[in-house]
Amino acid sequence: MSVILILIGFSLSVAILFLVLYLWAVKSGQYEDKYTPSVRILFDDEIKEKRSDDKSSDKSTKSNKTKTKLN
Amino acid sequence: MNVEKFSYDNQYPKLFALATIFWGVVALLVGVTIAIQLYVPALNLGIPYTTFGRLRPLHTNAAIFAFVGNAIFAGVYYSLQRITKARMFSDVLSKIHFWGWQLIIVAAAVTLVSGITTSKEYAELEWPIDIAIAVVWVVFGINMIGTLMKRREKHIYVAAWFYIATFVTVAVLHIGNSIELPVSFLKSYSVYAGVQDALVQWWYGHNAVAFFLTTPFLGLMYYYLPKAANRPVFSYKLSILHFWTLIFIYIWAGPHHLLYSALPNWAQSLGTVFSIMLWMPSWGGMLNGLLTLRGAWDKVRDDPVLKFFVIGVTAYGMSTFEGPMLSLKNVNALAHFTDWVPAHVHVGTLGWNGFMTFGMLYWMIPKLWRTKLYSKKLATVHFWIGTLGIVAWVIPMWWSGITQALMWKEFTEIGLLKYPNFLETVLQIVPMYIIRSIGGTLYFTGLLILVYNLFKTIKQGSFVPEEEAEAVPFDRTPEPVKYGMIHRYIESKALLFTALVFLAIIVGGLVEIIPTYLVKSNIPTIASVKPYTPLELQGRDIYIREACNSCHSQLVRPFRSEVERYGEYSKAGEYVYDHPFLWGSKRTGPDLHRVGKKYSNMWHYLHMQDPRQMSPGSIMPRYPWLLEWDMDKESIPAKISAMRTLGVPYPEGYEDQAIADLEKQANEIANDLIQNGIDADPNKDIIALIAYLQRLGTDIKNEVAEK
Repeated sequence: MSVILILIGFSLSVAILFLVLYLWAVKSGQYEDKYTPSVRILFDDEIKEKRSDDKSSDKSTKSNKTKTKLN
Repeated sequence: MNVEKFSYDNQYPKLFALATIFWGVVALLVGVTIAIQLYVPALNLGIPYTTFGRLRPLHTNAAIFAFVGNAIFAGVYYSLQRITKARMFSDVLSKIHFWGWQLIIVAAAVTLVSGITTSKEYAELEWPIDIAIAVVWVVFGINMIGTLMKRREKHIYVAAWFYIATFVTVAVLHIGNSIELPVSFLKSYSVYAGVQDALVQWWYGHNAVAFFLTTPFLGLMYYYLPKAANRPVFSYKLSILHFWTLIFIYIWAGPHHLLYSALPNWAQSLGTVFSIMLWMPSWGGMLNGLLTLRGAWDKVRDDPVLKFFVIGVTAYGMSTFEGPMLSLKNVNALAHFTDWVPAHVHVGTLGWNGFMTFGMLYWMIPKLWRTKLYSKKLATVHFWIGTLGIVAWVIPMWWSGITQALMWKEFTEIGLLKYPNFLETVLQIVPMYIIRSIGGTLYFTGLLILVYNLFKTIKQGSFVPEEEAEAVPFDRTPEPVKYGMIHRYIESKALLFTALVFLAIIVGGLVEIIPTYLVKSNIPTIASVKPYTPLELQGRDIYIREACNSCHSQLVRPFRSEVERYGEYSKAGEYVYDHPFLWGSKRTGPDLHRVGKKYSNMWHYLHMQDPRQMSPGSIMPRYPWLLEWDMDKESIPAKISAMRTLGVPYPEGYEDQAIADLEKQANEIANDLIQNGIDADPNKDIIALIAYLQRLGTDIKNEVAEK
């Protein structure tokens, strides 16, 4: 059953790596804000929309505007 | 505050998405085929390449690594750029990753149907492909971590954490389980033997489910579900907690695949305890996903994307409830080796992975092609057909699993097995197999609707390979030095540095340490257990080539019902020369560990020629090619010396004598067959397979005789 020691070794090294990453995350302030990140990912289309004003058809501009309003 | 202009790469999300759809069709088509083969064995058309044993690994590998794998990459390449506000680290790496992965899939398909397999479930691919997988996987990792390092958004959104965990853990698992000694270009033996090999395999197998089918999809859930619903995740705090608890607990639960096996009891209990602990983070994640839709259920009514996500996340909840339940020893005693296990797995793959992928594709493809989904109505039809398909797949298999297990265990009043003939229990559940294949066909039909719908969507849109974006990079000026230079250096490079060094150590160090370490520990504990003869070894490799272990276990559990049916329960010491182990995980046919000397050589010969000659109604396919194909004798010396390197005590120089020994034993078997009126040729595959089957589990009988 000696292989179990190897597996525990593998698993522990993964766990330790994750622990290091966790400590890094906490220390570097990753988790200081526990709300805004969840909202921020919802807003990545704004620049694209502004650009599309110049070239795309009226229809899409309109729908983009309403979208921006909703946001 | 200077705004940086850059562009997102849409090319590789697109390619991966198209590959997902393509391989999805392949995986499901093969799945439906083998589901029907279980009640129409002739559907293999009499050819080896399309026989169940070879198609089953093709199905699982295509579903997991080709369909789900490409879906993961499509999802990651699209979302990671937007989470980090940065383009993927390197287009060249993206290219290598994409084409490398597709090449691996093609190589896998070709080798698996050719019978080139290691026999270890979900790790069947031979060593050259294993190496390619490791390389491409690391390319993916560098590309991902590189993107994270040049991110403009300081906060790493929770989805990306799930992607990181996926990369790191799958790398370690794959390397750990794939340590094998090559015999030739396309043949290798696992360095682990017997119980040890089983433990490593299920440590891998379980965690492949955890870190290939679960964590990446949770990452996708945390990105795509809020995006599709246009509202933030229910609790971001909970998502952080969910992530860290899940990854710390998951990796210890593997032994629950080996309950009541020859694995030491304490290891089995450890697996069970951790499995039960997994309930908590799993359900935390499921609830977090579902509650994101609180107050927005009206959107679910109209939006097929959200419909798919709701059922996907619910299926995740169901299968992560079922998993720990199946890990309880008393439930496992009933469910293990039965159809309940595939039912459990398919709630996960069809429901969770499949539906999350479909939802993601329906959302992402229109975005990539700057258009709207061609038909919401068709997507909704797909949703309902798919859901019905899952139900029609899973319920009959639960039913058949429990039915068959109860039949296996039932005794008459005078203490005899009520159903001593295994076949009787199979015939009882054949109707369930038929319904299951209808469920699978429905699900497949749904996918075809997706193909049409998305094809139309793509046609009406116009693809934009480079999507303009701009963002303000976060302030990277280091904080005032608090801990000194070394610490600051490590911190600044934390992700890439730790991950890569870690991988390097694992590969370099352990590949060297493990084999020598294990060889020493493979001392037999049962004196009468001897290495296989050259002919038996060759027969064992034929058993592996035809993947007999897909349907037959080699592990008699210590229950009265099994000892009555098969014989003495299996001991760890009996497997010390089994590179790889062949315990199997499903008894579509009876266990074979004690089959040795149970039937005559002639019975096996005729049974392989056509199982229905010996067992009318059997659902086993015919193996006529075993009677025709010439046995490979040339490879024997190389195999003997490889086995010796792995610690099997063949005497020095036995290689020279091996072929002569093989021929001698083959002639004995052929003569016996000829005496029974069969026109047998000692040079054919069948002879080696018979030799192996007749040897199985007989060594400990010798010990009893000696006493």
